[in-house]
Amino acid sequence: MASRKHATAEEMARAQKEISVSEFFAKNRHLLGFDNPRKALLTTIKEAVDNSLDACEEAGILPEISVTIEQIEDDRFRVVVEDNGPGIVRAQIPNIFGKLLYGSKFHSRRQSRGQQGIGISAAGLYGQMTTGKGPRIESRTRRGKAHRYEIQMDFTKNKPLITLDQELDDWPRPHGTTFAVTLEASYQRGLRSVDDYIKQTAVANPHAEIRYQPPGSDEPRVYPRAVKEVPERPAEIKPHPYGVELGELMKMLRDTRCRWLSSFLQEEFCRVGPKVAREIIAAAGLGERSYPTRIAREEADRLYRAIQKTRISAPPTTCLSPIGEERIREGLMKECDADFYSVATRPPAVYRGNPFQIEVGIAWGKPGEERLEVDQRGRIRKTKRKRTTDTEDLLGAADEPVRVLRFANRVPLLFQQSSCAFTKAVIQTSWKNYGLSQARGALPTGSAVILVHMASVWVPFTSEAKEAIAPYPEIMKEVKLALQEAGRRLGAHIRKGKRVASEYQKRNYIEKYLPHVGVGLQEILGFDDEEREETVEALRESMEAARKI
Amino acid sequence: MAARKTNQKTSKKTAKKVAKKTGGTAARKVGRKRKAGARAAADPAALQAAALESIHQVAAQVHRDARAGRLPQIQMPQRNLANVRFDKKVGYFEMAGNLKTRTLDVNSVKTFAQTLRLMALAKEMVAGEDFATKREAYYVSKNWGDAKFNEQRESDTVLDDIEGMFSVKDVTREELRFVPEEHGGSVVGPLVVIDRDPETGEPIRSDCTGMGSGAFTIPSTVDHLGLETTADFVLAIETGGMFQRLNHHRWWRTANCILVEMGGVPTRATRRFVRRLADDLRLPVYAFVDCDPYGICNIYRTLKVGSGSAAHVNRKYCVPSATFLGVTPQDIVDFGLQDATHPLQPVDVKRAKDALKNDPFFQAWPKWRAALKQLLKMGVRAEQQAFAKWGLNFVIEEYLPRKLKEPKKFLP
Repeated sequence: MASRKHATAEEMARAQKEISVSEFFAKNRHLLGFDNPRKALLTTIKEAVDNSLDACEEAGILPEISVTIEQIEDDRFRVVVEDNGPGIVRAQIPNIFGKLLYGSKFHSRRQSRGQQGIGISAAGLYGQMTTGKGPRIESRTRRGKAHRYEIQMDFTKNKPLITLDQELDDWPRPHGTTFAVTLEASYQRGLRSVDDYIKQTAVANPHAEIRYQPPGSDEPRVYPRAVKEVPERPAEIKPHPYGVELGELMKMLRDTRCRWLSSFLQEEFCRVGPKVAREIIAAAGLGERSYPTRIAREEADRLYRAIQKTRISAPPTTCLSPIGEERIREGLMKECDADFYSVATRPPAVYRGNPFQIEVGIAWGKPGEERLEVDQRGRIRKTKRKRTTDTEDLLGAADEPVRVLRFANRVPLLFQQSSCAFTKAVIQTSWKNYGLSQARGALPTGSAVILVHMASVWVPFTSEAKEAIAPYPEIMKEVKLALQEAGRRLGAHIRKGKRVASEYQKRNYIEKYLPHVGVGLQEILGFDDEEREETVEALRESMEAARKI
Repeated sequence: MAARKTNQKTSKKTAKKVAKKTGGTAARKVGRKRKAGARAAADPAALQAAALESIHQVAAQVHRDARAGRLPQIQMPQRNLANVRFDKKVGYFEMAGNLKTRTLDVNSVKTFAQTLRLMALAKEMVAGEDFATKREAYYVSKNWGDAKFNEQRESDTVLDDIEGMFSVKDVTREELRFVPEEHGGSVVGPLVVIDRDPETGEPIRSDCTGMGSGAFTIPSTVDHLGLETTADFVLAIETGGMFQRLNHHRWWRTANCILVEMGGVPTRATRRFVRRLADDLRLPVYAFVDCDPYGICNIYRTLKVGSGSAAHVNRKYCVPSATFLGVTPQDIVDFGLQDATHPLQPVDVKRAKDALKNDPFFQAWPKWRAALKQLLKMGVRAEQQAFAKWGLNFVIEEYLPRKLKEPKKFLP
């Protein structure tokens, strides 16, 4: 009887207990981008760099970031990311780096790179799990001395254990943070590599100076700064009623300090004034003076439905910080040497109550190949321009698919390209109209880079690993409109190039045969060589005058 | 029925006998043996000067335009049937006068250069009393570097343009010293051709009765030839086969005529030669070709009134007095050839309908329109050789004598 015993509820209860987030992560690390050693290296660097950039911008500092990867053993690497940011107050360091889901950005309605407060502590945790060593953090604020922490995470309790706490008298920078971690990883070049990420980050953040030293190199590669202003700090906004789901609404009702439903709506949301609040409450059949924390589930549900039915103006867009057309152009020009650039920015739009803004940049035409230039006198010359960048080239060959660079809040998205709304929008745009060839249902072909950036308070990623953007119709529409705008200018340029090429060919043709007109005339009329040359020159001028481009 | 009997008995001897008899009657009917002669048709020195002057004029105009900052233009007649008019009284296709203008631009610069270089070649040849065939002119261009012709078709087109351009100034291609590659047709019969030894200038007499089983070949230029004859008429024959048959049986002797083998559409030299026989020796010319749209609309029409594409030279290069002996569509009925025919091919039908609709010659002659319509209605074509159905020499013994009794009934 006892050999195959069924569990009783009491026995089961003994096994039922809280699961710590850290423990959950330890088992499901792929959800956060640590699926394999190669991606783990990238995600670690990405989280650290994103944090550094966010911190610098928030403090109004022009970022100077240095990334070093050192290979210690075959499969073991040490990553060091240094920034000149404002530094972190000593007491917060263990929590920020040693506790999952701890951060400043999750609750804020402000555009930033990070959102959840998972990334950097997950990177530390990953290092600890694969090498036994936790991260080391050094940080210095303007007002204090530098501190060094070494942290181990207790991942059953999701709590940091401080293994080293040192005050440093001599620290090289007046302020900033250094994050160092040893982890099991593998380093490769090419698409979706760390190199690729750094390069793309430099494109979308032309205000940052990045030094990057991959394994095996003696000197860091420098991605110089092209713009000398820190992007304007986006304003923080309250949630828009349309963007809040029922569960979140119930939580807000429970947590609010407001005592009347009417003031709750006006205080906690944007774009809700007394009139709109009245309309919502009337539609929900509730009283304006209802006590928010006492509203029951059914009533909350009615309130939620009432919100959807009421006309509420779109959220303010001051919370958005687009890169800007000029900066996108600068970023592309410095990192992606091409013959032609076309940039377009859309006005802000809204999906599910979240403001967002789409920007597009196109770099086209690989330098180093022969091309034609028209001078002021209308003559066409063949020139060959040398490549100016020596780092990895983003532009492919003319017979390859174009490269799509996807960015969300200036962070490059490297994975899951095909399921991303941006890629779909590029494919759905008809590039034949703009001078590129394109097979049905495929990316266009050509030596071109297409950059798509979405700035938003809340970017709708398809997963926690933040790899692809969900294809909301509003987002798709805006991306396509931006692509069309930039595409039209590209098309005009390509067409002009074709015109010049055909004109060049025609003039060559003239050049080839015109001398024979001179020879024929000379043989018949018997004049001298000088007269022949002058006659041919006169004809050439008449013909070119008749052929203005 | 009589025809059928002859057919069954055909042999060389009887054929000769009959031929002699019929030829004899034909000669008797004309009633006399006439001796006619003609001298060379043109003065070479005058032609040379005119050609040189024309070449110079065209080049000088281009040069003036160039130095004045203008884009030079060359004008030439359009060469197609649409730019042709026909008047029975004039007797040949005349150019209607539509000119095309070639302005120097990117599309024309190559042709422009080649035109001038070929004109320079012409000048050199006229001055040096040499000549070049079209093929040779093509090869001369191979020394021009970029401006060379890639195919002879290209150089032929430019030469045709040059010819048209100078025809307006009354200078022919031959006078520019470009001669056709192909020689003219063959000639036999009571005719003496007086040519000149190009080196010694000595006259050379060719008696076209003394060619054995061969024939005198018409040279590519004929205006310098002297001609003497005692013949009564000229028979221009489409095919070499028929020509051989008539020559073999010495039909030219029995019928006292000159036989000319055209070999398809007659070359310019052949047309000019026959024209001189017709004009200078005052001989009637009869055409004997296949009864099909090609024989009628291409071979005969070109012999009589010239071609649409070379309308600028038709004045000299056609035989307006020629008439059509046969084979006519009616002959198919009259001589019982219905079962010796072939159906008209779509291309034949198209050619005939095109002639009815667009060709000014056929539009001018109701008799011809009726004949073509009859042919289209019958839907068949008959070759000259079809008479062999009634015996190999039926054509000599029966067909030609019967037709020649009434030349007035020949189609115009």
